[in-house]
Parts: sequence; structure tokens; C-alpha cells
Amino acid sequence: MSFDYAPAPESRAIVKIKAKYGHFIGGKFVSGSKHFPTINPATEEVLSQIALAGKADIDAAVKAARKAYTQIWSKMSGKERGKYLFRIARIMQERSREFAVLETLDNGKPIRESRDVDVPLAAAHFFYHAGWADKLEFAALGTSTKPHGVAGQIIPWNFPLLMLAWKIAPALAAGNTVVLKPAESTPLSALLFAEICQQAELPAGVVNIVTGDGSTGALIVNHPGIDKIAFTGSTEVGKIIARAVAPTHKSLTLELGGKAANIIFEDAAIDEAIEGIVNGVFFNQGHVCCAGSRLLLQESIADEVLEKLKIRMAKIRVGDPMDKNTDLGAINSKEQLLKIQDLSAIGDAEGGQRWSAPCEFPKKGFWFAPTVFTGVTQAHRIAREEIFGPVLSILTFRTPQEAIDKANNTPFGLSAGVWSEKGSRILWASQQLRAGVVWANTFNKFDPASPFGGYKESGWGREGGRHGLSTYLKGVGHE
Amino acid sequence: MSFYGLVDGSQASLTKYLGALSGVDQVGADARAAMLATRSIKTTSKRWAINTAISMVDLTTLEGADTPGKVKALCNKAVRPDPTDSSVPSVGAVCVYNDMVAIAREHLDLIGGGHVGLAAVSTAFPSGRASMPVKIQDTQDALDSGATEIDMVIDRGAFLSGDYIGVFNQIVQIRELCGSRAHLKVIFETGELVTYDNIRKASFLAMAAGAHFIKTSTGKVAPAATAPVVLIMLEAVRDFYQMTRVRIGVKPAGGIRTTKDAIKQLVLVNETAGPEWLTPALFRIGASSLLNDLLMQRMKLDDGYYASPEYVTID
Repeated sequence: MSFDYAPAPESRAIVKIKAKYGHFIGGKFVSGSKHFPTINPATEEVLSQIALAGKADIDAAVKAARKAYTQIWSKMSGKERGKYLFRIARIMQERSREFAVLETLDNGKPIRESRDVDVPLAAAHFFYHAGWADKLEFAALGTSTKPHGVAGQIIPWNFPLLMLAWKIAPALAAGNTVVLKPAESTPLSALLFAEICQQAELPAGVVNIVTGDGSTGALIVNHPGIDKIAFTGSTEVGKIIARAVAPTHKSLTLELGGKAANIIFEDAAIDEAIEGIVNGVFFNQGHVCCAGSRLLLQESIADEVLEKLKIRMAKIRVGDPMDKNTDLGAINSKEQLLKIQDLSAIGDAEGGQRWSAPCEFPKKGFWFAPTVFTGVTQAHRIAREEIFGPVLSILTFRTPQEAIDKANNTPFGLSAGVWSEKGSRILWASQQLRAGVVWANTFNKFDPASPFGGYKESGWGREGGRHGLSTYLKGVGHE
Repeated sequence: MSFYGLVDGSQASLTKYLGALSGVDQVGADARAAMLATRSIKTTSKRWAINTAISMVDLTTLEGADTPGKVKALCNKAVRPDPTDSSVPSVGAVCVYNDMVAIAREHLDLIGGGHVGLAAVSTAFPSGRASMPVKIQDTQDALDSGATEIDMVIDRGAFLSGDYIGVFNQIVQIRELCGSRAHLKVIFETGELVTYDNIRKASFLAMAAGAHFIKTSTGKVAPAATAPVVLIMLEAVRDFYQMTRVRIGVKPAGGIRTTKDAIKQLVLVNETAGPEWLTPALFRIGASSLLNDLLMQRMKLDDGYYASPEYVTID
């Protein structure tokens, strides 16, 4: 017998999923009219029926948010608002296992990641912003501050709870009230968060959660009663939103796509760089807007790194996301799986050499093996378009300047990685890279105090840190 | 003499060989080791891991107060860790000081323990602060008394002062002395080498000098066999295998006291060097109190409850 890890499934008994959900408006759960299913992408089991918000629902949510803003939240002292945020953060920690299990069921991500990354980071964002609530004049560099009013927030399916935290925590700390729409395929953790708002006795209407699809998102974006739009999602939709918001009074922040270069110089610590490559593109099945999906290898070490990377990739444990030893879970939806398959087929057709780690998939659900393409150049579509899956395109370079030129040669600019044991090279490269986040000798590290956001078509504004907070305040920094 | 043709014995060739190694990023190595520590090993795989870990224990006593009686008791325990259950494997080896080797040899042979290795700590263990003739005599004594494994310490002072060729030559000499009579384990005392770069360098140096095993620590200095240190040594034997097609063993020692610790070590092996290393021929755990915890946990898997500590023997 060999050391095959026996199944170590996390119990799902801790979560109680209702057969049907409505919206959370004005502090209460209200029933919806039309519904659509949300499924577990690892089993294709229908988890629940989710309400599809229409115009009347959005009107009601915006009205509740406006009322809460005018009558309660804008009048409350920062110190008091902070108390609510601290309370929410603590409850999130107390109920962290519930959140982690629910997130994994609905999203398909490994329980190890929802337990060790998503949920703790989400709580950290509430703790961090709770501390800001009574110190806003410091965020505003000494000037007086004012919130926007009602914020409409639309979040993606890749980190459902974490993206909710990135949106709601700074909005509330700054004194706004919110109408938030979780993604169509991953609404459950947001609905559990609504329960936490009740448990924390957050004043009714400060947080409103409406579920639905793209049509619901459009209703939020175009609603005249909303003062600020914050969107995380694709660049394609981001552009539509920017056009829609342009002629209005609304303030806008966008967190969009990316095609990050992860640059490995020949003087890098190779074994840790291998881990960084794996974490960069296979974390969360590659469903990460800042994923290091374009690997730039210095030619002198390319063969060695590729050989080591394949050995390492063969050890990635793909399968049941609820198993505590799973490293790569299910692709979030059939639609996304088809997109990954299509772009990979284009990679084949354009002459890239595909290699996938050998792995067995469960019988049902949506799966894609960790994959690399070698022989890729800047002229390949898989080096330019966001695949948003566990697919790595490998390019090479000869000199540091060539690496920078290639890294910047993209309409995106969300993140980049630099691997070198030479400090001066890291400092030089990070100054040259046009990306909102540059990681040195690490990748996909997040912290509430660190601003996150994109250059170019990767977005407008920042989230996290003082920069992110300022986007929820009038007249401070980016508006 | 040189092994694998990697270093010709000159300072220049050793400098070139070590200079080609990439550095280790401490934060990244720590993070990888911490991630692997989250593996959840249950039921059948736990049972396999416990049995495997028992067979990998180098059951050790290295005290000034060691006596023939203590050493004989240790040998009994090594051969039959659980006298009531013959399905429990013998441990990998007993590990004693030089002057106890003859006593252990005689007793192991007497009780039918010829299959259990007999390791002697050598070369002025634990500090390594003696002249080379003394170190050679120390090792020769152990070999003549019947040791089948020599656990030598490197000269950390020489290493830290940059005299890599001095360290290299000492290992080569001891390896030659061992010949075909004994396996050579080379102890780095990682707690004194401190940096991960040093540990990586020492690993490649010792392997090129002919070590059969590379070993973390003497057990006399803390920190000892931390997970990142073992990770780096496992990466080194993996890469060395790619270079030479020769598999070098790894022995963490010091601080591994519980079944949980031991299973974490096996996970590190499995996911770093690979399953080929999951054998006592290529992985040992230097320990004393660990064995009883492994036995306790083994009983718990069989019985479903924790037995009284009196059910495991104290030796």
C-alpha cells in the first residue's frame, strides 16, 4: 500500500440551506416572484431556488437603503458605525465554518481555501474597516468627509463572500448604505451574510441584498436613486457599466479582468518560485482576476523550471472540494468550463503545446485539469485573453527589459509577479511594471490594508487600504 | 576520492558546484511547509502512516547517564515495540553513543534483532570539535564494535567560516572509513547553520561527499527538525536524484514527539521527494518518546479509545 490519503470530507451538517430564498430588503427577508436554481458545481446538485429581482424589488431595496441612510446611518457617529462592523466581523469568525462550507458547496472551491483564505480575509476586511469608521478625516488627509449615499454593488462568483466584504465593509465604514447583488451562480454566502446583519442588529436597510442575473445588475446600475456603483467582474461588462454611468451623477469604481505576468528571473529561488507559479494560477481553479496566468521565464532556466513545474503539478490534488486535502476544486459553472475548453482549443489550434497533469475527475460536476501551454508567444490569444481557469501560458524572455516589455504588452494591468533573489532587480522591475499590484517573491497575497486595483482596462479605483476607503467618500481621491 | 564525479576534491570545483545552487526564499519555504501541515490524514491512511513511521524510528538514547541496562532495554523495545502485538514492526535502528555500541550489538544479536540497524553517533558528537584523527578513531571504534550506521556531525565552525572544502573532505574520509560496512548519515545541526540557504548548501555538499543520509540535528540544539528545514532537505534529495539517479535518505531528528508530528513528516516526504522515499531505507525519524505515542495512537485506532498509558512500556 502507498500513502494515498483516505477521504477526509468536511461535514456539511453545519449548514442549513433553505429550499427557496427571497431578497433581504429593509432588514427582512422578502419573497421573490421568479426563481432560478443555484447548483453545487462539484455534483450538479440543485442547492436552492434563488429569487430573480426585477424592477419593483430594486426600487424597494434602493428605497430602504435611502431611508436607512437619511434617517439613521448618515446621522450615526463613526464610532457607533464601527461597533456594528466589529460585531459583524466577530460573528463572521464565530460562524466561519458555516461560511466556509456554504461557500465551497455553492462555488466549488476547495474547503481548505474557503476555510483558510476566503472567510478569514472577509472577516479581516470588516475588522480593518471597523477601525476606520471613526477616523475618516485621517483617510481624507485632514479634510472633512462625506459619504456618497446609497451604493449599488455588484460582485462576481469567484470569491463570493470575500468580494462582498471588500464592497460592504468600506461602504459602511464611510457611512454609505448598500444594495448588493451577489453573482447568479453563488448567492448563498451573501444570503447567510444577510442573516448575520440581522444577528448583529444592524439597522434595517443599511445592507440590502438582492439576487438575480445580469438583468438585475443592469437595474442597479441604471437606478437613479443610487449614488455610487462598485462593480467587480469582466472588462466587457465593466465597459457597458462605464458607458451607462457616464451621463449620470454616479460615482464609479471598477475591478475588472487581468492577464498577469509572473516573471521568473534566472536568479530566483526556484523551488519557491515553482510554488508561486502554482499558487499564482491554480489558486481557486484560476478563477482569479489577478491570476498569474502568463508565466514569463528567463530562457536560461526555462527547461529546469518547466520540468520542476510538471513534477509539482502532478501532485496537485484535484477533486471533491469538500475534502480537506483537495487543492483544486470544481470549475464554477458549465458556462465557464466551456469557455476554458474553448480558449484551450484555440491554444492548440494556434500551435501551443498543451500538457495537463494526470488526474481522475469525479463522475459529475465541472472539472478541468491543471494545464500548461508551452511555446506560447505574445501573438497567441491564450497569452492575451483572460481564460479564468487553471490554464497557464508559458512565454520566455532573454533580458530583464524584454520581460518588462512583454509583461506590460497587454490591455490589462491588474497584477504582476517578480521572482528574484536580487533586491535591486525587484525594485527596478516593480517600478517598470504597469500593474496595480506587484508581488515580489510571492503571489496572490491579500490584506485589507493593501490597496488592490488595476491599471488600464483592469479597472478604475482601488479597494482596500486608505485608497479603497476613499472611493466611498466624496471629494477624496478617486470619486 | 569523490562521488558521482560532481566534485573533483579541489576547492574550485566545490565552489562551482555549490555556486550553481539557487537560493531559498524563507517566506516561501515556510508557507509551503505550513500548507502541507494542513493535510488531514485519517482512517486507513493513518494506520498505514503509523506503521510506516514506527518502522522508520531510529530509537535513540544519547545521555551521559546511559548504562548497559538502559541500552539493552532500548534494544528490546526496538525489536518488539509492543510485546503484546506481533503485527507492530520493529523500528529502523537503535541509536547510541560510541561506547554503548558493543553492548547494543551483543544484545541485539542475542534477542534476534539482527534486522534492526545499529547506529552510532560519531566524529565527536554532538559538537564535532575534535581533531580529525580523533574523529577517525571515534568512527573506527564504532565500526569495530558492530555499528551498521554511522551518524557523523559536520564541522559547523568550518562551514560557517566558509571552509566548505574542509567540511567536504571530512565527510569523504568518514565515508571511506565506513566502506561497505556501514551507512553514513551526515548531521548538519540545522539550528546552528540557521539559514535555509546554508541548509540547502550543506545538503548538496554532503551528498556529493558521499553521504547515504542527510540528517537535520543532534537533538542537543533547538530548533531542530522543523518542517521547513526537512522540506528543503527533501527538495535537495529530489533534485540530487534528478542529477545522479541516486536516492539519498533524509533523517529529521529532534523535536518530533507526537504521532501528528510524525505524520506531518511523512506528508512532507510524500509530496516533496515523492512516495519512493517512504521506506526506512530512505527516511528515518530520530526520536525517543515518539515511539510510545505512535503505539498509543495505533491502539486507539484498533480499540476506538485511548488506553491507559500503562499499556505502553517504559524503557
